[in-house]
Amino acid sequence: MNIKKTALYELHKKHNAKFVEFAGYSMPIQYSKGIVKEHNITRNKSGIFDVSHMGQLFIKYSNDITDKLQEILPTDLKNLKINQSKYSFLMKENGGIYDDLIITRMKDQYMIILNAACKQNDLQIIKNKLNDQNLDMNNNLSLVAIQGPESKTILENVVSNVSKLKFMNGANFSFKNNEIFITRSGYTGEDGFEISLPNKVAISFVEELISKGSTLIGLGARDTLRLEAGLCLYGHDINENTSPVEANLKWAISKNRINDNFIGSQKIKKQIKEGVSKLRVGIKPETRVIARESTKIFDEKDNEIGKVTSGTFGPSVNASIAMGYISNSHSKTDTKVYLEVRGKKVPANVCELPFYKKSYVKGEANV
Amino acid sequence: MSNTKFSKEHEWITLDGEVGTIGITKHATEMLGDIVFAELPEKGSNVEKDGTAGVVESTKAASDVYTPVSGEVVEINQSIVDDPSKINADPEGGAWFFKLKLKDKSELDTLMNKEEYDKFAKESSS
Repeated sequence: MNIKKTALYELHKKHNAKFVEFAGYSMPIQYSKGIVKEHNITRNKSGIFDVSHMGQLFIKYSNDITDKLQEILPTDLKNLKINQSKYSFLMKENGGIYDDLIITRMKDQYMIILNAACKQNDLQIIKNKLNDQNLDMNNNLSLVAIQGPESKTILENVVSNVSKLKFMNGANFSFKNNEIFITRSGYTGEDGFEISLPNKVAISFVEELISKGSTLIGLGARDTLRLEAGLCLYGHDINENTSPVEANLKWAISKNRINDNFIGSQKIKKQIKEGVSKLRVGIKPETRVIARESTKIFDEKDNEIGKVTSGTFGPSVNASIAMGYISNSHSKTDTKVYLEVRGKKVPANVCELPFYKKSYVKGEANV
Repeated sequence: MSNTKFSKEHEWITLDGEVGTIGITKHATEMLGDIVFAELPEKGSNVEKDGTAGVVESTKAASDVYTPVSGEVVEINQSIVDDPSKINADPEGGAWFFKLKLKDKSELDTLMNKEEYDKFAKESSS
């Protein structure tokens, strides 16, 4: 199989990226500064992420499109305002998650952002549901995120009025006479934006952001940032064997849709009513030992009670951090657990997510 | 560091009398990236040539640290456990890992000198 490259590949190379294959794409895992510095630059200033490997699917409105999408998404799309975004899922009948996604209602179409590794399967599910075999992802577009406290000012210097956007809202803007779509969102726990723009202007756009003071950041730091922010990584923290309720993502299921029919709704309803046997929680080891994915979790009596799904060292919290699924009876904050790392039992505590808190900007009225 | 020897697992050892000081090479730290965790052997324990004698973890992955020679651990460098970023900053100096009382000095003959190691590192990373 040919490894795919994003429109920003040559720019990554120019900035001495170390590449790794991710979901069939050659993506920058880090640049010469290294993961910890890149992480801190994003938290303290501003970082740019190439996320063009993700799927960008646009679905034009037709009479019953919202009804049909509501049959596969647990989100209240009818009350979604124009330019508003929501976090949602594609689910299996048994409540397992095929993918997590962001759906935005644009003026004349829905935009859905899908995970790179899942996007072909997602597309097939949506095509079948909408009975539209011509539907396809837009491969002429790149997706760039800019994240961190200085990002608002930096992006405003390149795209006027962008700082008026509210969190989880988007709008059309222009760059060098090209229409671009920007949402205020992200995956780092920082204020930031995601920009969908034509491939042909992707490099010049990112170069402008760099010239205004932002820095290219690799997928390595993206992972430490999102884990500190308590956000799930598909294929690790959520997958076909975890439901949104088990993943502690119940908030993403619109309240007025819990009694509706959508794929997975029977299971969701049952789990909300009767509870679940396992739950995703944050876990903080008492030492610096890193509990990586698949680390077994034990209770004080040495019973296995769960598994870690993501674990790393969090530079901003200066500690080892992890998340994983644990039996519901042990999921309370401050419950003492033990993690088996290289044959030793490391004491740890169940904790609340996120590990790193920073309030999202709600948008400013007077800019 | 003219009497420093190097292993194929990217450890270095400098001998001072009966005691060898062991650490990981700059090249190793560059391959690993930012080191965020280090585990060392216990003082007083015996380690065997090419056996595991510690662990380092970067944000990306865990890697075993091997001992290039056999011996008894007589000292460990607690400062790199407390602040593993020191390993990236000064891998072939202050961020040594442990000191061994060598069991058999002739084991040193199996290791590379600086010139040989530099060539080996260059070839193994390309």
